[in-house]
Amino acid sequence: MAATADASASGLALDTFPRLLLQHARVRGGKTATREKDLGIWQSWTWQEAADETRAMAAGLAALGFRRGDHLAIIGDNRPRLYWAMCAAQMLGGIPVPLYQDAVAAEMIFALQDAEIRIAIVEDQEQVDKLLEVREQCPAIEHILYDDPRGMRHYTQTFLQSLDEVVAMGGIHNRNQPEFIEAEIARGKTDDVAIMLYTSGTTGKPKGVCQTHAAFIAAARGGCGFDRLDDSDEILSYLPMAWVGDHLFSYAQALYAGITVNCPESSETVPICLREIGPTYYFAPPRVFENLLTQVMIRMEDAAAIKRGMFHYFMAVAKRCGAEILDGRPVTPLDRLRYALGNLLVYGPLRNVLGMSRIRVAYTAGAAIGPDLFRFYRSIGINLKQLYGQTETCAYVCLQPDGGIKFDSVGKPAPQVEVKVADNGEILVRGPMLLKEYYKRPRDTAEAIDAEGYFHTGDAGFLDEDGHLKIIDRAKDVGKLSTGAMFAPNYIENKLKFFPHIKEVVAFGHDRAMVCAFVNIDMGSVGNWAERRGLAYSGYTDLTGKAEVLQLIGECVEQVNAELAHDAMLAGTQIHRFLVLHKELDPDDDELTRTRKVRRGFISEKYGVLIDALYSGKASQFIETQVRFEDGRTGKVSADLAIRDAKTFPAGAAARKAA
Amino acid sequence: MMGERVIGDVILDLRNISLAFGGVKALTEISFDVREHEIRAIIGPNGAGKSSMLNVISGVYRPQQGEIVFHGEHFARMNSYKAAKAGIARTFQNIALFKGMSVLDNIMTGRTLMMKANLLQQAFWWGPARREELAHRAKVEEIIDFLEIQHIRKTPVGRLPYGLQKRVDLGRALAMEPRILLLDEPMAGMNVEEKQDMSRFILDVNDQMGTTIVLIEHDMGVVMDISDRVVVLDYGKKIGDGSPDAVRANPEVIQAYLGASH
Repeated sequence: MAATADASASGLALDTFPRLLLQHARVRGGKTATREKDLGIWQSWTWQEAADETRAMAAGLAALGFRRGDHLAIIGDNRPRLYWAMCAAQMLGGIPVPLYQDAVAAEMIFALQDAEIRIAIVEDQEQVDKLLEVREQCPAIEHILYDDPRGMRHYTQTFLQSLDEVVAMGGIHNRNQPEFIEAEIARGKTDDVAIMLYTSGTTGKPKGVCQTHAAFIAAARGGCGFDRLDDSDEILSYLPMAWVGDHLFSYAQALYAGITVNCPESSETVPICLREIGPTYYFAPPRVFENLLTQVMIRMEDAAAIKRGMFHYFMAVAKRCGAEILDGRPVTPLDRLRYALGNLLVYGPLRNVLGMSRIRVAYTAGAAIGPDLFRFYRSIGINLKQLYGQTETCAYVCLQPDGGIKFDSVGKPAPQVEVKVADNGEILVRGPMLLKEYYKRPRDTAEAIDAEGYFHTGDAGFLDEDGHLKIIDRAKDVGKLSTGAMFAPNYIENKLKFFPHIKEVVAFGHDRAMVCAFVNIDMGSVGNWAERRGLAYSGYTDLTGKAEVLQLIGECVEQVNAELAHDAMLAGTQIHRFLVLHKELDPDDDELTRTRKVRRGFISEKYGVLIDALYSGKASQFIETQVRFEDGRTGKVSADLAIRDAKTFPAGAAARKAA
Repeated sequence: MMGERVIGDVILDLRNISLAFGGVKALTEISFDVREHEIRAIIGPNGAGKSSMLNVISGVYRPQQGEIVFHGEHFARMNSYKAAKAGIARTFQNIALFKGMSVLDNIMTGRTLMMKANLLQQAFWWGPARREELAHRAKVEEIIDFLEIQHIRKTPVGRLPYGLQKRVDLGRALAMEPRILLLDEPMAGMNVEEKQDMSRFILDVNDQMGTTIVLIEHDMGVVMDISDRVVVLDYGKKIGDGSPDAVRANPEVIQAYLGASH
């Protein structure tokens, strides 16, 4: 458990993040707090250095006119100084507002205006350029501070300043008036808003979720206690700082328990950095685990016959008993021996290649993870677990306990959290980690939190006999076919997405007689599959149109249909017709949110002609679509899409043979 | 590009250069100069003598006539070693890298001339050799960061796509910390995106490191966008010299590029 006592030496309760930081500087001042790989070498800062830098930054911000209650925009990749900037703002009683660093400028306007941003701390020239682009729409911006001075030499605007200068200036202030920052920190209250995170908003404008110090500390305390995290743990911070999960793991829990935070060199080097650091505590969305597994499988297909044979033999052993061994359940001595040998020859080296040798606890969340995928990681000895939560609950509602994993649930309610299922199936939660409010939206706040203090998650699900929570779908997405059968699109889509060849699926069926679907292939996996078959293709669009590919996807659809047929409730929602989209669904084209969730409404509008074709029984449909490239230019792609019928099965049919 | 770069005095002056291979005249009495901090392009149709010109500057070919003045020093005969010592670095049209070596090691080869430790010290990685290598490694890492190739630092060059190999080749040349960088068709064979990236790196090198750049390019569009001044060669003769706009309007240049003679 965390070595953090409840009160610091100075007598202040450790109930805000700045006080936690100073406490670490006192208790473990010489221990490494943060690392960052810069120019090929891991640089590190001790807790004492981190605290000093943060205090200097806070004083510098105060000198620029940053006041109690102000919002500070933070935009960039995971950098130590951007994490410190969050704490610096909190020292002054301000509220950091991290924004997604990969958003285009226009997408930032709303949050910048909504939060009345006057000061922004950004990573580099790229982010500065974005802010300059939208400055006319956001005239409130008075100062833009940049961390990395590269390329900034010729920018002459007076409101641009290097963060170095501000920190240096703050350092001088602190030497002259050391009591100023201390007094500001002492004024902070645990019920003050500590951070504002914008929800990605699958529908409508994003909402600013205001979370207090108390809420995030409660979530951090619960999580750290649950998994026994302490100052010997290491985490690699590479997910967007604007995302609630990163804020919980890399900021709240790190500051609560004294976990060492490691920042990779760039987003492309994450796999290399992962191997070099070997974190003990790791988080990744299912997509990342999926990509890693796909890469492993592709490389094994290309490996020599002996290696491939060894891999497949021991993976079969792991599949049989690996997860049981990890959970501490009884396994025959022979299997135990086989597993030990496999560990020496395959699992150990594989964990090492993945950078997961030292992992004690790994979590995934954000989307459903395929049971096979989940089992794969657990069976090779990685303690991968699922959690459930959202921005409004500090990503802290349910956790899977060690040794008590159910593959299809998200675990039991976390310490201090109450979970209740409403009559319509919606999951309601209550506890200290709930949001204080949506910024400037009392109506939304009142709608989300009812009179009894329960937050309405908008997810539909149920608690099973052991108290494990199982999520089916978004409550509002759960619809009905015109036949009256319940239609849970995400559930069907996720089943399909568990195939390595399929990247994204959009299922339609609400108020219709049958279910139809759009499918996006996974370029890496299907491309490799095509190469191995000597199937020539010129690019993504060409590949999607190949009859062989349609056949391949059709087989996946039919397998899912067979599984759905097995479940009496969902048998009516088998996929009757499908097509393979000619372009990848992309956040730049507004088809996915920044967290890569499908925007149903937008897609059914944009591709209305395709949906009509699906339901009118046509065999093909021509479509031309506008696409936006990363540099902001637009182009067009067009294709004649073939529409295929899929085999469906009678309800209750023997799905086993297909599964 | 924001703000202004200060273009300095002439640092490289080519006077009456003529080069012939047997009876074939590759270059005929060509004179032009390069000013400090500028981007100078040499363009022309195939076989115009562009690469020959670059080879003369870097000392690969020796002209029969004419002289090269570099930083006030007169060279009747340049050779590769002298050129490198004087601070002239180059990249090659058909990439000259060690395919089996990592990106890091390849860029490190650009530092060879600056390594002072003797063979014995280097063999045992002892004392001065060790200190020296650490310093050089730091410089190489700066270049890796500058060219945004951190993720392939340890990858053998032979495994990289063409566009990235070109970038590594540029990195190797930059490792020499040259005063003049000669680029031989840096954008040849690239797709639009790779060309944009490369243009940005060339502009950044010029702007942030202050390096003078002489480049040969076939792609007129790119050249006109990034160059300060352009020399146009045709059949080994200079037919135009000036700002991109002036060159574009020059009737002889239009004739050479669009005319029916080739």
